[in-house]
Amino acid sequence: METKIDFTLNGKKVSVTSDPMRRLVDVLRDDFSLEGTKEGCGEGECGACSVIKDGLLVTSCLVPIGAVQDSEVLTIEGLSETERGKCLSEAFADGGAVQCGFCIPGMMMAADYLLMGNPHPSETDIRLGISGNLCRCTGYDLIVESIKLASERGQGLW
Amino acid sequence: MGGQTGMKEKEIANPIRRVDAIAKCTGKQKYLADYHFPGMIYARMVRSTIARGKIIDIHVPSLPDGYYFISYKDIPPEGKNELWMIQKDWKAFAEHEVRYVGETIGLLCGPDRNMLAALREKVVIDYQETEAAISIEEGLACKGGAFVGENNIFCDMTTNSGEDVTKVFARADRVFEETYRTGFQEHVHLEPNGAAVIKENGRFVVYASAQCPFYIRKSICGLLALKPEDIIVRQTSTGGAFGGKEHFPDVLCGPLLVACNKIGKPIQLAFDRSEDMAFSVKRHPSKTTIRTALDKQGNIMGMDIDILYNVGGYLSCSFVVLQRGVFHATGCYAIPSTRIRGRGVATNTFPSDAFRGFGAPQTLFAIERHMCHLATFLNMEPLELKKKYLIKQGDRTNTNGKIFEEVKLPEMIRQITDASDYYRKVKEYKPGCLKGIGLSVYNHGGAFTGNGEQVLIKAHVKLHKYSDGTVEILIGSTEMGQGFQSACRKIVSQILDISIDKTIYENPDTSRVCDSGPTAASRSTMIVGKLVQDAAEQMRDRYAQEDDFEVETVYKHPEGFPWDQEKFQGDAYIAYGWGAAVVEVKVDPLTFEVDTKGIWVSHDVGHPLDELVIHGQVNGGVMQSLGYASMELLENKKGYFKQDSLSDYVIPTSMDFPPMESFLVDNPYPFGPFGAKGMGELVFNGADSAYVEAVSKAINRKICEIPIPPETIMELMEHGN
Repeated sequence: METKIDFTLNGKKVSVTSDPMRRLVDVLRDDFSLEGTKEGCGEGECGACSVIKDGLLVTSCLVPIGAVQDSEVLTIEGLSETERGKCLSEAFADGGAVQCGFCIPGMMMAADYLLMGNPHPSETDIRLGISGNLCRCTGYDLIVESIKLASERGQGLW
Repeated sequence: MGGQTGMKEKEIANPIRRVDAIAKCTGKQKYLADYHFPGMIYARMVRSTIARGKIIDIHVPSLPDGYYFISYKDIPPEGKNELWMIQKDWKAFAEHEVRYVGETIGLLCGPDRNMLAALREKVVIDYQETEAAISIEEGLACKGGAFVGENNIFCDMTTNSGEDVTKVFARADRVFEETYRTGFQEHVHLEPNGAAVIKENGRFVVYASAQCPFYIRKSICGLLALKPEDIIVRQTSTGGAFGGKEHFPDVLCGPLLVACNKIGKPIQLAFDRSEDMAFSVKRHPSKTTIRTALDKQGNIMGMDIDILYNVGGYLSCSFVVLQRGVFHATGCYAIPSTRIRGRGVATNTFPSDAFRGFGAPQTLFAIERHMCHLATFLNMEPLELKKKYLIKQGDRTNTNGKIFEEVKLPEMIRQITDASDYYRKVKEYKPGCLKGIGLSVYNHGGAFTGNGEQVLIKAHVKLHKYSDGTVEILIGSTEMGQGFQSACRKIVSQILDISIDKTIYENPDTSRVCDSGPTAASRSTMIVGKLVQDAAEQMRDRYAQEDDFEVETVYKHPEGFPWDQEKFQGDAYIAYGWGAAVVEVKVDPLTFEVDTKGIWVSHDVGHPLDELVIHGQVNGGVMQSLGYASMELLENKKGYFKQDSLSDYVIPTSMDFPPMESFLVDNPYPFGPFGAKGMGELVFNGADSAYVEAVSKAINRKICEIPIPPETIMELMEHGN
């Protein structure tokens, strides 16, 4: 049964008519062509599809679109347009955080969410903050250091 | 050897920003699933649900308009149902026989993915099932009857060095013998496997998340009786591979090609994670027995090593993997006399295939455990015994080749023992005190074995200078996360003294680029990078004068490194990467969880080409190795992998291991770009052994098998060996 669902996507009011049980990741990718959100596992384990919904970090493969009515959703495309996103991208690039890149959009979302709540995280805070995001390439050290770098550079952004 | 290592050796190690970083951070980088072609439909694989048997009948439900079932019957009469990897035994579609759970039987194709999933549930296949062989032992025992030759042995090889080991063992005072085992390992590249095939101007074009575009076209062209060059392969940005996308993309692309030929529409096949885990290639499980002959004083006289790898249902590249296992079986040690036999055993599991390390990690684990246990047997500290036998420049290898380079392991061991305070801790942590520290040494032979680079690969590299001053690197080597596009562009920019922005290196399209060989075997930097450097040097003199021209270079094996591929004798590798690792752990006696307290590693990768890229490779490779040793348990029951999702097959998260301290030693390699050697696989090859040694000491139990999840540690602690 299709339903009209209104929500805010990257700062813009949008609506979609859809089966409310469709996954948010599919709606983002198929209906809005926002393909920066990656599907890595489809069961909420890898974090590649992470987005921020109403200020919370969620795995969009586990969110039915029906649950997004009246919500605010921020994806990697929206984050990248902000000063916070730019600061994070630059830090990830300078710090060597990126290898194959498939986990990186989700990792960026997790980093933004972490810094929103804790602008000056310790190494342990950062490790905890990205522990829901799997990366098979980097071993995490350079991602951790890059988030630290962003927190140092981005004074006042978070 | 010394020699010239390039002009700007001093600057080359300084990190540059990776060329692909920002596109990947902003989500703009496109991967396979992000490509959409007009009229594109989707495919789902119909797979064997039994491990071994005959297909009696296939019942396909009546399909809605626009849906198709494609099987071997859709291969045109002039085509052959085979994928050409090393041999041609693996078919694109099973016909009458299946050898493993997950073997491709057909493709369901159509416009709606959910509909395809529903239709797939309705396909019924009648089988006549045969008893399956799952383990190495069952394969050797020909359970259910042999299905490869008369004895289920895909490949069997032996290499000798020094004196005849039969005579050596006859003279021995004592013999020390143990058997070591390693398990399956799943690659878990974050992007699952995927490919698409379209028709463009009358030619088939394959888009694939893949390491080796030229392998794909060779492998699949026979299905339609085409020549390799009739098919274009375009690599899509690849979200990790680690060997899992070396030959396996052929298994997706072959059936897709047949489907596209039949249906005439663009077709995409993208695995979801559960398919990718349950039905893709894995690292070979192994069983290695090492017998060591000792004289009266406890000196090693020789070793007799027997290696068995679980190959699965089809050969793929397993014989090459096995060879590497054999050549690395004596690790970093000079052993006077050796006999090493390796056999690849046919079983009814998903075919095993390439995975970072390519056969070396299994035997390196065995030799490292063996040396530790032998040391205990001889009342020595393991490191003391290892140091006594460390191989050095001029020593003979187990194929009667030579070590040409200076082996800097003593310096590397010093670096990590100092940084970790190893000697104090090794004395202080008494066996069984729940704290432990272990050290391992390891190596990895660079590039293809022997003269394979010249005989089999024949790498070509082309650079094109355009009138606007930009230079394009036209090679088939692929970026899969390891940083090769950045490294190559850095080499060209340094040699020509132009900015990185003036260099171009697109994902390869086989109709535009030279075949620089597979992106595998830690050969890209060492072999292709050097050819790129040579081409750039040839371009340098003409760069200012000429507007638009190309330069091509071709690989030539250096003189003086003989190799006999029939007898496996001679210089298997010209150069090795070398590594040493220390791992310190604390074991919780209630939960049996291991808390890793520190990781210290040192590597010799020649002269570093980019310190930041190397740091990332080291960190990632060591982490995969620690996962292999500790948590990545992958069991197979009746042909099915028991752990088939990321919920039950666990890989390390950011919380599982502490940051590592990483050292490099500078040891320029004269035939590599700016003195660089291969390193992508080396960094996987040894931290597992250091971890196991640390745990073994902490709980005072012998450990001869990985992985060792907490359940195994509990059993060992409660019940002993």
